[in-house]
Amino acid sequence: MSGASKEGLERQAREALGRIAAIRSEGRELSPRDRLALPVQDMPCQVPQARAANMLEVAEGYSEAQAKVEAERCLDCKNAPCVSGCPVRVDIPGFIKKIREGDYVGATRAIKRTNLLPSICGRVCPQESQCQANCTVGKSLKSIDAAVQIGRLERWVADNERACGACDLPDVGNSSGKRVAVVGSGPAGLTTAIDLRREGHEVVVYEAFQKTGGVMVYGIPEFRLPKSLVAIESNLLAEMGVLYQLNFLVGRTRKLRSLLAEDGFDAVFIGAGAGLPKFMEMPGENLVGVFSANEYLTRSNLMKAYDRDRAATPIYPSRRVAVLGGGNVAMDSARMALRLGAEEVRVLYRRTREEMPARSEEVGHAMEEGIIFDFLTSPTRVIGDKDGRAEALEILSYALGEPDASGRRSPVAIKGSERVVPFDTVIVAIGNESNPLLSRTTPDLKVDKRGHILVDGAQKTSIDRVYAGGDIVLGAATVILAMGEGRRAAAAINELLG
Amino acid sequence: MTRILSKRRLSEEVYRVEVEAPLVARERRAGQFVIVQADDDFAERIPLTIADADPERGAITLVFQTVGASTHALAAKEVGDPITLLGPLGNPTHIERFGKAVCVGGGIGLAPLHPIVKALKEAGNEVVVIAGARTAELLIMQEELKSIADELIVATDDGSAGRKALVTEPLKEICASDRPPDIVVAIGPPIMMKFCAEATRPFGVKTLVSLNTIMIDGTGMCGGCRVSVGGETKFVCVDGPEFDGHLVDWDGMMSRLRSYRKQEEEAHHRCHLDLAAALASETSAAERLAKGAL
Ligand SMILES: Cc1cc2nc3c(=O)[nH]c(=O)nc-3n(C[C@H](O)[C@H](O)[C@H](O)COP(=O)(O)OP(=O)(O)OC[C@H]3O[C@@H](n4cnc5c(N)ncnc54)[C@H](O)[C@@H]3O)c2cc1C
Ligand SMILES: Cc1cc2nc3c(=O)[nH]c(=O)nc-3n(C[C@H](O)[C@H](O)[C@H](O)COP(=O)(O)OP(=O)(O)OC[C@H]3O[C@@H](n4cnc5c(N)ncnc54)[C@H](O)[C@@H]3O)c2cc1C
Ligand code: SF4
Ligand code: SF4
Ligand code: FES
Repeated sequence: MSGASKEGLERQAREALGRIAAIRSEGRELSPRDRLALPVQDMPCQVPQARAANMLEVAEGYSEAQAKVEAERCLDCKNAPCVSGCPVRVDIPGFIKKIREGDYVGATRAIKRTNLLPSICGRVCPQESQCQANCTVGKSLKSIDAAVQIGRLERWVADNERACGACDLPDVGNSSGKRVAVVGSGPAGLTTAIDLRREGHEVVVYEAFQKTGGVMVYGIPEFRLPKSLVAIESNLLAEMGVLYQLNFLVGRTRKLRSLLAEDGFDAVFIGAGAGLPKFMEMPGENLVGVFSANEYLTRSNLMKAYDRDRAATPIYPSRRVAVLGGGNVAMDSARMALRLGAEEVRVLYRRTREEMPARSEEVGHAMEEGIIFDFLTSPTRVIGDKDGRAEALEILSYALGEPDASGRRSPVAIKGSERVVPFDTVIVAIGNESNPLLSRTTPDLKVDKRGHILVDGAQKTSIDRVYAGGDIVLGAATVILAMGEGRRAAAAINELLG
Repeated sequence: MTRILSKRRLSEEVYRVEVEAPLVARERRAGQFVIVQADDDFAERIPLTIADADPERGAITLVFQTVGASTHALAAKEVGDPITLLGPLGNPTHIERFGKAVCVGGGIGLAPLHPIVKALKEAGNEVVVIAGARTAELLIMQEELKSIADELIVATDDGSAGRKALVTEPLKEICASDRPPDIVVAIGPPIMMKFCAEATRPFGVKTLVSLNTIMIDGTGMCGGCRVSVGGETKFVCVDGPEFDGHLVDWDGMMSRLRSYRKQEEEAHHRCHLDLAAALASETSAAERLAKGAL
């Protein structure tokens, strides 16, 4: 995945550019065979030992030369199978062609027609299961890792635009006289706000926290998604005239109904995100030293507990950390614990690496940094000391059984494999329930039995003029899916108010 | 971001501040709380109960005790200073006409008790208040409570005011009398609430307590405020803060409150040193000393 130094990668890219120029100087264009022969451009990364002790971004981003070479790898397929893998249908061959032509502004425009936050998606989308999964280049070279690195290119285009200060704001239409309230400033809320503002509606975004960005600020760590980037994107909205009301909990500070009935809003979008963390429901889970990933990450991201000299929020002093789960949240918690000074961090996952839902790049990064993976294991209880502090986990081993209805082989416990392993910290990262606050304070808002808001194909809820999208509808999903739902809701609201 | 409208020191460790928060003042009900932060970037989020509200002036009253770094940072704020505030949070107290209500407040707990006493009285209940504290100096809200309650019983650990007793003594007496309470509400340090619940248990009197767990978001996202109630995990910020005191796992809750004791003591120590340093006129020398002492 990574390994080569930044300088090495740059040299390799320049050599490849030389070869490309040589072919063109012969007066011919690159053949598909030539393109397939170009080296996949690796991501320059901080070296593992250094980054495991700092909060700086791990992946440092392509250079211009690397971006150019990677762009040349695209075959510009007619049917563009990559596009159908992207939830918001970014015009992938279109923007890549612009990179090749050196029209970087054009590349940004091509992306932003459908994806308004490319610097974020380029970093956090699970590309290997979305756009890059179907890429012809990857298929031809028989390796998913050899696919055109669409996400990295997307990130480069966006970062380059920002570095040049060339960001142009989406056009804001003439004032429509209509007002829309957006609940939550995660990716769903922010995208909805942009699309509504474009139509000239007045948009007020209500956010419970003191900062905008949702999970992008309190969950996903700095070393994977710098908070300054999220702030820049949020500020862009403010420049478009979107109004923010921070420290405002819809349902409590003001009822959802009151927004429509008394505060003069014509429509409401709910992008409240996922809610209460799930626990394993095993004995000892409320002992001191057992955290939900949400709590652990919020303390260290939003409250900046890692900055020990300045932050007032304490972080638990951990030496041996067990992280339960196998998704992005588990990877982030494990890598955060390492950066906060833990001596040993182990990820306990019931299945094997193949079944892990985390982005494969993050799993690779975590392994490089020294996180230990105990596959096919799961705890049965937390054991505490006399002061109620966690001191060990009882752990059970599993084997993979027959595939279940979903096609995944389900783990079966191996009898008699119980053992006790010392841990002072346990971080539970097995997903979230839905946040009950809005549904409890808005009786006629219909939710399913797990508390997710029910919507129709246009994201409309059971209440007229109220729409919803993102994790509060989908359960824990992804940034890009949340954005996709936000855009669909905005389109419906624009039509309603049109 | 809002600001502080007034500030009063009620005792050595207890402050009463009014904060500008028109929407909160209008929406809040007895039993609800807010989360405050001294600043947006590095401050801790701490929950404080709304002790009173004035919707006309758009102000809410908070009463807090300086126990650690964050409450000290709050106490250091002056009128006009900005603070960050979110609320009202938590479920309002369930108020109805129960008949006879006994409200027990310990120390700083008397502040959050005040709006509940008021609401119970307005709903037509006979309300007896038992106010307890370590010593007379720490007895707050006495005038307000006396003017509302049908009876005010005072108990201090050292006998410097009222009876020399723990609040559980008069509580047991009332429970054993020929007119036992129909409901008991107890707010104060966890240990006090625990023993109030133990006191009423043999009499089968329903006892509500307001839990002061550690919180971060206060909106049902982090799970930090969880506590075991009747064998089930509950989240104080969205399921509470009030619960049936007979069902709370008190020992589990109290040990979770001690999670960060060591770091809190260090932070507290550090903030005292900072304060000392700021006060000393030869700041440079004092600062060096303070830093060295860390
Ligand atoms: C640790 C972690 C790592 C992740 N990594 C990835 C990744 O690598 N790639 C990826 O694609 N996805 C990842 N995800 C998932 C992704 O972040 C979410 O799917 C996405 O953020 C959901 O967006 P949203 O807008 O629906 O909600 P959120 O981002 O959750 O935002 C909701 C916002 O609404 C606010 N809010 C809630 N209720 C109210 C209310 N009543 N009033 C006012 N405000 C309210 C919240 O405070 C929050 O700010 C990760 C998630 C976590 C937790
Ligand atoms: C719903 C609720 C309502 C409350 N109302 C009031 C009130 O009206 N007046 C008042 O004086 N106090 C109230 N508290 C307690 C108050 O929040 C804590 O005293 C405060 O957070 C301590 O912060 P600190 O940094 O000054 O002290 P620290 O040094 O951090 O801690 C001192 C003590 O407070 C506990 N504590 C620390 N952080 C928190 C936190 N985030 N939440 C809760 N407890 C914590 C610690 O476990 C320790 O026992 C309430 C708590 C809750 C949950
Ligand atoms: S938005 Fe995500 S899925 Fe779509 S092209 Fe970009 S990186 Fe791929
Ligand atoms: S599938 Fe791959 S090669 Fe084809 S257009 Fe998409 S990115 Fe280019
Ligand atoms: S304080 Fe975070 S869930 Fe209650």
